[in-house]
Amino acid sequence: MFEDILITIATAATPLLLAAIGELVTERSGVLNLGVEGMMIMGAVTGFAVAVTTGSPWLGVLAAILVGAAFSLLFGFLTLTLVTNQVATGLSLTLLGLGLSGMIGESFVGRAGVKLAAIRIPYLSDIPYIGRLIFGQDPLFYVSILLTAGVVWFLFRTRAGLTLRSVGDNHASAHALGIRVITIRYLAVMFGGACAGLAGAYLSLVYVPQWVENMTAGRGWIALALVVFASWRPWRLLVGAYLFGAVSIGQLHTQALGVGIPSQFLSSLPYLATIVVLVLISRNRRLTMMNTPASLGQPFVPDR
Amino acid sequence: MKRQMLALAASAFLALPGAALAQDKTKACFIYVGPIGDFGWSYQHHQGVLQLEEELGDTVETAYLESVPEGADAERAIERFARSGCDIIFTTSFGYMDPTNKVAGRFPDVKFEHATGYKREHPNVSTYNSRFYEGRYVQGVIAASLSKAGVAGYIASFPIPEVVMGINAFMLGAQSVNPDFKVKIVWANTWFDPGKEADAAKALIDQGVDIITQHTDSTAPMQVAAERGIKAFGQASDMIEFGPETQLTSIVDDWGPYYIRRVKAVQDGTWEQSDVWGGFAEGHVVMAPYANMPDEVKALAEETEEKIRSGEFHPFTGPINRQDGTPWLAAGEVADDATLLGMNFYVEGIDDQLPN
Amino acid sequence: MRIELVKRPQRSALFSMLSPFIALGLTLVAGAALFLALGKNPGEALYYYFVDPLHETWSLHELAVKAAPLILIAVGLSVCFRSNNWNIGAEGQFIIGAMAGSILPVMFPDFQSWVVLPLMLLLGVAGGAAYASIPAVLKARFNTSEILTSLMLVYVAQLFLDWMVRGPWRNPAGFNFPETRTFHAFATLPEIWPASGRAHWGFIFALLAALVLWFVMTRTLKGFEIRLLGQSPRAGRFAGFSREKMVLFSFLVSGGLAGLAGICEVSGAIGQLRPIISPGYGFTAIIIAFLGRLNPLGIVAAGLVLALTYLGGEAAQISVGLSDKVARVFQGMILFFVLACDTLIHYRIRLVAEPAVRGEGARADV
Repeated sequence: MFEDILITIATAATPLLLAAIGELVTERSGVLNLGVEGMMIMGAVTGFAVAVTTGSPWLGVLAAILVGAAFSLLFGFLTLTLVTNQVATGLSLTLLGLGLSGMIGESFVGRAGVKLAAIRIPYLSDIPYIGRLIFGQDPLFYVSILLTAGVVWFLFRTRAGLTLRSVGDNHASAHALGIRVITIRYLAVMFGGACAGLAGAYLSLVYVPQWVENMTAGRGWIALALVVFASWRPWRLLVGAYLFGAVSIGQLHTQALGVGIPSQFLSSLPYLATIVVLVLISRNRRLTMMNTPASLGQPFVPDR
Repeated sequence: MKRQMLALAASAFLALPGAALAQDKTKACFIYVGPIGDFGWSYQHHQGVLQLEEELGDTVETAYLESVPEGADAERAIERFARSGCDIIFTTSFGYMDPTNKVAGRFPDVKFEHATGYKREHPNVSTYNSRFYEGRYVQGVIAASLSKAGVAGYIASFPIPEVVMGINAFMLGAQSVNPDFKVKIVWANTWFDPGKEADAAKALIDQGVDIITQHTDSTAPMQVAAERGIKAFGQASDMIEFGPETQLTSIVDDWGPYYIRRVKAVQDGTWEQSDVWGGFAEGHVVMAPYANMPDEVKALAEETEEKIRSGEFHPFTGPINRQDGTPWLAAGEVADDATLLGMNFYVEGIDDQLPN
Repeated sequence: MRIELVKRPQRSALFSMLSPFIALGLTLVAGAALFLALGKNPGEALYYYFVDPLHETWSLHELAVKAAPLILIAVGLSVCFRSNNWNIGAEGQFIIGAMAGSILPVMFPDFQSWVVLPLMLLLGVAGGAAYASIPAVLKARFNTSEILTSLMLVYVAQLFLDWMVRGPWRNPAGFNFPETRTFHAFATLPEIWPASGRAHWGFIFALLAALVLWFVMTRTLKGFEIRLLGQSPRAGRFAGFSREKMVLFSFLVSGGLAGLAGICEVSGAIGQLRPIISPGYGFTAIIIAFLGRLNPLGIVAAGLVLALTYLGGEAAQISVGLSDKVARVFQGMILFFVLACDTLIHYRIRLVAEPAVRGEGARADV
């Protein structure tokens, strides 16, 4: 039973982590894309539609990634090429995504989905207490962990990662050094879109294999908040996503035990916990500033 | 003459939808609180509308607005309908109660039908609702007959009388089979969030329940139950496709018969204010085919359903004690509708606490 | 083929005026294409979207009802955003303001006097401002990101309201349904012109707030301080302005106005507290603040336009049978066009056929 609870927490945390890790890279490059919810729901609907139509959940996942990236290009074109305001454009992208996904998904409502099955490794998955937790979860769970590790490696161990961070910290001097600021930002935005699309596919193919309108139910917003919570550091993001997941699941268990605390108070715990923890860890101003991309949200136009 | 020409030109350009045609058709208009793609509450109302269109064919014209927020927007949406030539307007969520009555006062010639409310401040306002608790009682009977653990999990949305009434009916049905039956309740604080509903189902299963029932809209709990190999009840629609070996039955909201009856009444000129609270007998509440259970349980469920349908038995028949053990209904006494509609207490045997 | 932006030496007054109309033109073309693709008559659909809601008096009133909270919140947010403070929790401040203002009619329904309404409005402002001060203080004192705290507090406020109207504040005569008692006459914000529709004084407050803030921003030292600290915190510090005080100030202003919007909505348009009192005004207002170019007067225009798209979306659903989703997609398109066309104010757009010659490796081209 304990293992089941941990797996439930992992399932709740994975879509948040997937969407947030993409947004983290986008923001590290200096672009604030508030359209995560919109990209996520687009991923959810395409993932579901393609999986049901073709019968292959993996094709669904692939399609969701592509559509997430393509949808984010719209944001990229507006904010990077036409330097529109990033906050307003991101919010509008969310509006558009919610509407568009509803249009696309109209004929898929009420149809049973195709589930991306959990993996099973003989013997290893059967180890008591930890077998399924470590060796028996859905494939995208492992993707989310590997992706986090990959982003850590990329950002802090590779030259390209250094370039991306320098673009986010000071685009003017990066530009002066001959770095193609806009190109890098386009790529970062698309990575963010692809991850959000993948997170959406996780919802409609793993979490709850079905399509209904607005099924992301605000998870894109939580992902955005988690990036800030993590002060733009990937491992801390992973911790944040699991903390949020754990408190969310924990409050449901508390209710089922019948403790008699109003459910609204229990439901607000994940949000309050996030605030309290962030207050505790953000008191060190220098450390926080060090990781904040200084150009975040600032428009950039190369002078010619 | 000149003005006529202009008007003609304007209407030709804009191709305003046949204003003359609309005269001999009855226009029935619907306001939904969610998207029709929610596969739950609003979806089922829309299914009723499709039935209405099929039944009345060319004599009826329908229109709907979906995702209308309860609040300042509702009054505008209702008024727009009233002004656009609707003969009868159905407002399908509790939160539309006051706006419906306000607009009804301004448009005495339009008929208004408000679902799940209690205010009828003008003669042109009716209210309608369904006795879902009848279905919940049957579910309780099935749950207690099948559960080995003797505990069912209940995913609830919000503590409103409708939901509390459902929990109580479920418990009474279960107690009629197993007096020691327990129910674990989780309030999701949402009507609709598939992810959260799935989490709630998992939490309940991890705490040892072996049957899940829900008063939220999505099919997620059914899917979780299927995955974990336990049984579950559907909600609002027949969810058998989401759990072919899991769904025992489902309480299906069937609004079609009511919509057909009321629109016909408008056409015949026999529409009158009414307060309809229909259950099995009126066809408002339909149980999806009983499945995945032994024949004797199925027989018991069918028998219970039939008794309620015929009026021989009312789920809230005494002796029933309140949660704290004080008597509520004496032996043989039947609860009156007003108490049920405003129900804010649990019956004996439920461990949860209601906010007060 | 690439698109290249060339910065204008100064902002173009011409395009400042013209860009909304270019956006409108593009919207009409794209909208016609969208509606045609969906098999609808584009002329009819666009007519219902943009014109129909404007030609009847009652509908104009509804426009004011819808726009009032959006404008009130957005002008407050413009102060925040100008000073580089990211309050995205106006939705929560709206809710808390509505609740604080409702204390009198809900808890003391027998206290009926003309002072009730002014007190309610003050309490609404105070409630919104107090709730906004939480992220502000956390930012000023502990350096906690206000983006996260203000957003998280939205969810907390929603749940708090939910609990209050289902529990302690439930209407004793309401059959235990989740709503408070309806406000008495003294607690109801009057309609501006009752004979013709239900637009209430909230709209007047919104216009006043926009005018006052426009004056403050453009004509006073405080406005200079706000803009300076927003553009360059360092320069602001040298000028002797305090970043911490500005954080608090901007949050109090935006929170207070959001709270005022909340109590106006509840007291003017709804008439009681309910579990849900806002269809996301606080978030939509963020878009409006930027559509209005963070200029309070621009925000009034932007708020009216966005309100129109909601009304138009409904009219088109009813009359042409466009679905709610299409209406939202179209709304997203409008926003994109408006945002994109504003680029013309600061930049000239050049289409370049070939990649620019790269010199000294100091070019960054797309």
